[in-house]
Formats: sequence, structure tokens, C-alpha cells
Amino acid sequence: MAPPVLEIRNATKVYRTSGGFLSPKKEVVALQDYSLTIEKEPASITTIAGESGSGKTTLANVVLGFTPLTSGQILFHGQDLATMNRQQLLNYRRNVQAVFQDPFGVYNPFYRIEHVFDTVIHHFKLARSGSQARDMIEDALNVVGLHGVDVLRKYPHQLSGGQRQRIMMARVYLIKPEVIVADEPVSMVDASLRAAILEAMLSLRDELGVSFLYITHDLSTAYQVGDKINILYQGSVAETGTTVQVIDQPQHPYVQLLVESVPAPDPNIKWDTEIELPDEEILRSATSTGCRFYPRCPQRMDRCLEVAPPLYEIDGMGHEAACYLYEDEAQKAPAI
Amino acid sequence: MAEASGQDVQRRQRKVLEVRNLRVHYETPTGDVIAVAGIDFDLYDGETLGLVGESGSGKSTAAYGILKLVQPPGRIVEGNVVLDGDELVTMNDSNFRQLRWTKLALIPQGAMNSLNPTMRVHRQITDAIEAHEGKQDKEELRQRVLDLFRMVGLPQRLYNMFPHELSGGMKQRVCIAMGIALHPTVIIADESTSALDVVVQRVVAQTMLRVKKALGVSMIMIGHDMGLMAQMVDRIAVMYAGKLVEVSPVETIFEDPLHPYSQVLIESIPSLKERKPLKITEGITHDPRNPPPGCIFQLRCPFVMEHCRSEAPPLREVKARHQVACHLYNDDGSLIEGVKVEAAV
Repeated sequence: MAPPVLEIRNATKVYRTSGGFLSPKKEVVALQDYSLTIEKEPASITTIAGESGSGKTTLANVVLGFTPLTSGQILFHGQDLATMNRQQLLNYRRNVQAVFQDPFGVYNPFYRIEHVFDTVIHHFKLARSGSQARDMIEDALNVVGLHGVDVLRKYPHQLSGGQRQRIMMARVYLIKPEVIVADEPVSMVDASLRAAILEAMLSLRDELGVSFLYITHDLSTAYQVGDKINILYQGSVAETGTTVQVIDQPQHPYVQLLVESVPAPDPNIKWDTEIELPDEEILRSATSTGCRFYPRCPQRMDRCLEVAPPLYEIDGMGHEAACYLYEDEAQKAPAI
Repeated sequence: MAEASGQDVQRRQRKVLEVRNLRVHYETPTGDVIAVAGIDFDLYDGETLGLVGESGSGKSTAAYGILKLVQPPGRIVEGNVVLDGDELVTMNDSNFRQLRWTKLALIPQGAMNSLNPTMRVHRQITDAIEAHEGKQDKEELRQRVLDLFRMVGLPQRLYNMFPHELSGGMKQRVCIAMGIALHPTVIIADESTSALDVVVQRVVAQTMLRVKKALGVSMIMIGHDMGLMAQMVDRIAVMYAGKLVEVSPVETIFEDPLHPYSQVLIESIPSLKERKPLKITEGITHDPRNPPPGCIFQLRCPFVMEHCRSEAPPLREVKARHQVACHLYNDDGSLIEGVKVEAAV
């Protein structure tokens, strides 16, 4: 069997401050022992969700090769990102593309939109002639529901945020990568325009076989388009499974709190309980041993402090939660 | 709840804030951008009104217009804002300064950037108090600040801290504490929770609800998250391109939105209950310097009629407490003849 397109093995990223005159050295574990596999077939959208500080953007940065891992590996078709030569890296960058959060910041305001496309066609030598290039651009724009005559000669400021983000999707389509890392692609776009971008993601998946790492804090858009979901809490996975499993039946106490806290768009269903947040220091000082969610967990046990719980299988269908509450079920599961 | 409702209803009929034909323009070299194009609404005693719309719809500008915080090149072109009988737009600055915080308070959008980084948390609050009430007894002031902390659920140990030592949710709660410090009549909360994580957002939102209830203030909540609006507000006013297109009780608008734009807004709320096909709407709007004649939504409206391109529909009450600005409806809220709207429902 061919190796998966992208495999992340036990990735750990620790940020260290060098320590100053009066400040001691500090270590922040942004990502701990994280593993993920994205298979070539079928193409899928994997959501990485979590609150700020959960390590989701760190994950995007290490996958895109912006920062090296502290330990662990990222394998692309079985080859380690850290040992790639120049040619292989160029190939990797071509096949693992990014769409970022801010549709305003990624454009150079001095250039027309066509410049975005010309640059990638030139850089990756995608077309043999000018007319071929024009056809390719038009094709790519059509996939995201735009037309060349409407946008190519315009400047970025003349387009809406939603259009700009879709042009980024079209740019990525042109390159035809195998994986797209989409870091909060819809969070700065108005709700009524988000659907068009999410739709563009779905058509890239279904028509081109592109897999996505969809990084977001918004569970509701993930629920609409995501195939699988990984919910991170302070650098490690709290729960993973198919999007429907995890959001319909959250198992980890943190994920339960998270899902319940999404405001229901229905005036007849109001929040019924008040919740308290423990103090910030207690949250952040959670040690590297033990469960990171311990200070906030309503169902905590003494053993949670000793060793962090591994992922336990919930139902034998790929739904896993990192919580000792499910240890028994996991032991029963193999027998079935 | 039940015994208080009679009194509640009476209170709810008293207007505390009346906004009439408020217009705010931003001057640019190529003509004025019409950010708020003449809006009218009332805020009743004790109610929370949600002002929603996409970015650029003028919702924040409208709030800044009410607070007289519009900065050049923006200016209030015309209109009246009456707060408890006082006309604000024409009031001189020194009188208006007296009303800020005591009658009209703002909880700003980015709490991260609205606290003074060089001042300890308690000083930010006592500063506002002393600016209005003059020098105070130290111990009394300290008690007042601690009472405010208790109200918004902040621990006492924050008293001497600096803003950078607090998390986003705590800073936001400090801003709420400042907002309520002088018992204002009206609080305007501008996207107060949109930069926070879901769980923290819920804590802050619930704090706001609790405080509002305890003090009986009226509130205008500006935002774009319809889910949060459903949790927090009594009435919703939908803004599009500088105009109010629909004003309605929150339950009604979620059940039966009338304006085509409100329908888009309600339908595009992603649900955690069911996976449904995404509904795509085109996002092309007109040039804000030069709005087309007629209805402002005509370029995006799926039901646009000849009539809409020439005559702007006024905001009018078509059902009980339910106002809409759309030619599709008769005065009694029924659809005009010959129109099929089932596609949107």
C-alpha cells in the first residue's frame, strides 16, 4: 500500500524563551505528541479545532515548514520533511499549499489580481503559452464561481473579502496541490459570504481530490464541511473522530463544554447553566505530566494528575477521546 | 418572573433612547461614503436591542454616531438622538461629557486595546468615577471597585494588576465593570465578545446578561453572530448598507424573517444540529459613495422587481412590533400579489 500523502508522527513543538535579565527561561509546549494521517484516497477535509493557544496555528506552521519541529516527523509520501533536499522541498511546497486567515493581508495592494496568477504560473512553470495560461486561470476562477473579466484587471481593494478569499482558492486550484492547509479561511469573512468559500473547498475536494487541513475555532462551519475532526486542547488531542460523531456525541469533558457553549441560533433554546473559568495562572501552569484539562474538569480524578490519558476508543468506529472516563469501554471494544 | 412581568411590560413601553434620521458620512476625495443613511429606531427601558449586519453595513458607525464619537473625516450630517429627553447631537461638548459614562456608556470592541497599558486595573475604573464625581474617599472608592469586580465575576487580586497581565476575557470584563461603574441608562456594546474563544465568550456574555438584569439598564448590542444574538437580545434591528431593513422581536425574526436580506442572514447561520447544503449568495454591493436609486438591496435581492429600482421602500410596521423596508409586503404583512417567495423559505 502506498504511503499516505501526509503523515504527522508524534510531533512536538516547544517554544523556549531565552530568558532575560530578570525573567527566567520559560518553556511553552505548543504541540505535544501529535499524530495525524491524511490518506490519498479518498480526499478528505480534516478539521483541527481548538481555542486560542491550543496549538492549531503551530500545527499549520510546522506542516508548512515555517518552523522546525522539536521532535517527531512530518512525512510526505513517506519522506521526512526534515531530510528533503532543495528539489524535494520545492515539490513539497508545490503540493502542500496554504490559504490564510486574512484575505486583506495576503495581497500586494500595488498589483492587479492577475499578478497573483501570473506569479504562480511563472514560478511553477505551469503553462507553455500565454493563451494556455489564460485558459487555466479562467478554469480556476470558474471552479470558485468567479469570472476572469470581473476580477483579473481589478486591484485587491476593489473586491470583497469573500471574493479575495475565493481568488486564493482559485490560485491554489491552479497549482493542483495534494493538500491545502486552510488556517481560519472564513473567520474574517461575513457570515452570508462564507458559504461560497466553503463550497469552493468542497468542490476542490470532490473534483480534484485535494485534501484539506481545515484549521478553525468555529465548530459550526466544521460541522457543515468537515469529514474528520481533531479537537486540540493546549497542544494535545482531546477528542478525534468523524465530525458528526464528535459534535453530535462529544465525550471528552472539554469537548462537551465547547459544543454546549456554541450559542444556539434559536431564541427558544437559551444557555441554562452558568460556568466559571478558573484563574489564568492555574490554567497555564498545568504541568506537562497529567491531563491539561484537569484544572477545569468537572469530572477530574486523582490519577489524571499523574499521567496524561491516552486516546481511548469510544465505539470501535474511530471515535477516540483522551480521557480516563473511557478506559473501560476501550478495553471492552476489542472483544466486539 | 411572573409577578414582575406586569411592571416589566410597563417599563418596556417607555422609550429611553430615540434615534431619528441619523446620517453619518465619511468624507473622501471622490465623494462622501454614506455609512449611515438616515436610520430611525427606539430603545425601550430595560430592553436589549441587537444591531446586526455585515462588515461595512454601518452598525458600528451608527453606534459611534449616537455616542458622538465619530472621528474626522467622518461627521454626523443630520439627525436627532434623544436620550431621556436630552437632544445629544446638538448638545455642546462639555455638557455631553457629563453624560458619558453616567448615562451612556460604551463597551468597546477590542478590550485588548482599550485599556491604558500604563495604568493599573483599578485606576482605569476610579479615573472614570473621579472624573465625574470629583475626588473620593480612598477606602470608599476601593470598595466600589471591588463591588464592581464582584459583579462581573473578577477576582480581587486583579485590583493592582496591569492590563497585560490579564487574559482577553478578563480585560473584557474590566471593560464591562467600567461601563457599569456609574450606573448608565444605556450601554452600547460593540462586538464585545467577538474576539474571544467560544467558552470565554459564553462566560462574558452571561456576565453581561446578569449585570444588565441586576442594574436594569438598557443595552444596544452590536454584532454579526446571529447565534449570540439569539441568546442575548430582545429585539433585532438588521442593517444593510447604512439603512435599517428590518426591526423585529428576536423570536419573530428567527421564525419568520421578512426582508430578503434578513432571510439570507438567518439561512446562512451554520447549524450544529443538521448538515444542510450550503446556500450561496453573491456578495456584490454597490459603491457606498453612490448608492443606486431605489432599494439598497436591489443588486443582491433574488426577488427584485421593476419598482425596487426606482423607489426606496420606507421602513414601516407591517405586523405587531415588526417593521420592514421592502416592497414585497402589503401594509398588513401579507405578500403582494403575484410574487413567489417559496425559494427563500
